[in-house]
Amino acid sequence: MHPILSRLSRLALYLLAWIPLAALLSYLMAAVGGMTRREAVSMSLPLCLLYAFVCLSAWYSCRAIPTDRSTIGKLLEVHVAAALVASGLWILCAELLAYLFTGMSVYPGLTARLSRTIPILLGTGVILYLFSVSFYYVLLAVESSQAAEARAMEARVFARDAELRALKAQVNPHFLFNSLNSISALTTSDAAKAREMCVLLGDFLRRTLGLGEKSTIPLEEEMSLIHAFLAVEKIRFGARFRMEENIAEEALAMDVPPLLLQPLVENAFTHGIANLVEGGWIRLDARCQNGALSIVVENTFDPDAPPRRQRNGMGLVNVRQRLEARYGDRASFNAKSEGDRFSVSITLPAEREGRAT
Amino acid sequence: MNSRKDTKTRAVIVDDEELARQVIRELLAPHPEIEIVGECANGFEAVKIVSETKPDLIFLDIQMPKLDGFEVLELIGTGSAIVFVTAYDSYAIRAFEVHAVDYLLKPFGAERFEAALDRAKERLDSKAPSAAVPATELAASARPPAQYLERIPVRDGAQVFIIPVSKLDFAEAQDDYVALSTEGKKHLKQQPISSLEAALDPSRFLRIHRSYIVNLERVAKVEPYGKDSHVAVLRNGVQLPVSRAGYARLRAFLDR
Repeated sequence: MHPILSRLSRLALYLLAWIPLAALLSYLMAAVGGMTRREAVSMSLPLCLLYAFVCLSAWYSCRAIPTDRSTIGKLLEVHVAAALVASGLWILCAELLAYLFTGMSVYPGLTARLSRTIPILLGTGVILYLFSVSFYYVLLAVESSQAAEARAMEARVFARDAELRALKAQVNPHFLFNSLNSISALTTSDAAKAREMCVLLGDFLRRTLGLGEKSTIPLEEEMSLIHAFLAVEKIRFGARFRMEENIAEEALAMDVPPLLLQPLVENAFTHGIANLVEGGWIRLDARCQNGALSIVVENTFDPDAPPRRQRNGMGLVNVRQRLEARYGDRASFNAKSEGDRFSVSITLPAEREGRAT
Repeated sequence: MNSRKDTKTRAVIVDDEELARQVIRELLAPHPEIEIVGECANGFEAVKIVSETKPDLIFLDIQMPKLDGFEVLELIGTGSAIVFVTAYDSYAIRAFEVHAVDYLLKPFGAERFEAALDRAKERLDSKAPSAAVPATELAASARPPAQYLERIPVRDGAQVFIIPVSKLDFAEAQDDYVALSTEGKKHLKQQPISSLEAALDPSRFLRIHRSYIVNLERVAKVEPYGKDSHVAVLRNGVQLPVSRAGYARLRAFLDR
């Protein structure tokens, strides 16, 4: 699409910009060629109108030879040649016009006066054409950088979405297989409990999958996902863990990215509770302060536990990256261990249904 | 010859989840010839029970508190037939397949369990060791790639010590053992020094002699000793011999 021809308003603006040029040309013609003011205006107005359209054509040659795929020499060669041809034609038209004016006795002797301005016409023609060329090249560069930025943006959004989808689809295989094994154990010893665990596990998986379409959910919904997860772990670990929640009432309605906290709680199990023979605790605090939602997940762990064999810290890395991708500087993530306690503190903007509170 | 057939097969179940132990207990119920002599929920207990009861057969979970299954195996050796039990561990499974060690993937059914039991019995009857390779080698090949040893479990009787590699000053080969020197104490572990060398991070530990691996952070200086040999002097004053090849490696490291 031609950037100027494609819209009438732009074309009008463009032609308006040629009026001062026409004025300048008529002044030169009068001064150098010795034309009367009327003669100069009668010549320069139609000539500039014509040349305005000639210069519009430069767009096509600029697009045909992009700067990044040809050498400077080649570019100059082509465009200077085109400029010479264009102004040559322009001068021819000027001659024709002057001939008509003279022939129809409107301005007798105009052709002679015109011939004195030919070097000026040639110079102006070449300069205006080359000016158009550089204008279009600037336009093309802006356009391509905008397109590149849009592509990069699109790629980022796409990557984030893909990552989110992957994250949502991903249920820790350890958790799944161990839960199935617990169910298998319960089938003979406590059939009712086996069924209960099937239901709980199904509930957790369904919630995990169901969050796939949403970009944020209220904290309350994330908490009920965590409760579904804990219900399953309670059967596996029995009395080995205690969960403590301190969640401010107003925090429950705040938006959080889905599956942001569940991996932290799961992490507290795989790296904390699972390694504690005597069991341990997990604490989840959430409150709103100064327009930010701050959440802390803390748990006990064994500093001398055997090194984990799989998914080492992946959950934490994911949470950090997602916060960064979504909120940038407006969110923070901090993980630290002190003695036998490990804690992750995150803050994110306190928003409800996409609006700041 | 048939002495084993007269007595029961003694089995130990090691898993940190009660329900997981329950499955194995149940699947062993139809086998009166197998007696469960112990159950435990973590690696330390496992080493203790195994050294006390000397079982024929061990069902061993991999991810456990205190010591993981491989560390337990390293400490108890391959005197018993071992069936590894795990929920999901791609590196371990690859290692089991390569070394033909039997394993069960949770959840498993009676049929798969029986097959594992048959194999274990075969092993016990033929008196073949559970694994065709030393325990340390199996553990090394089951370690996730690009992950060096972070800690070394050692055993003294039923007691287990964990030596973080950062606290290891040097290791000295003594016949089939390595003596691990840490904080002025020495712990013996049955392992060839070459396999220990391979498991340690080469940017932190260096084999300076046929019989010595040193923690590079502990080296205070290297001095000439006699005609064309050297000694490494550690920060705690201990002097270790440095072979000619070891000196070249040490030089290359110090020059970097």
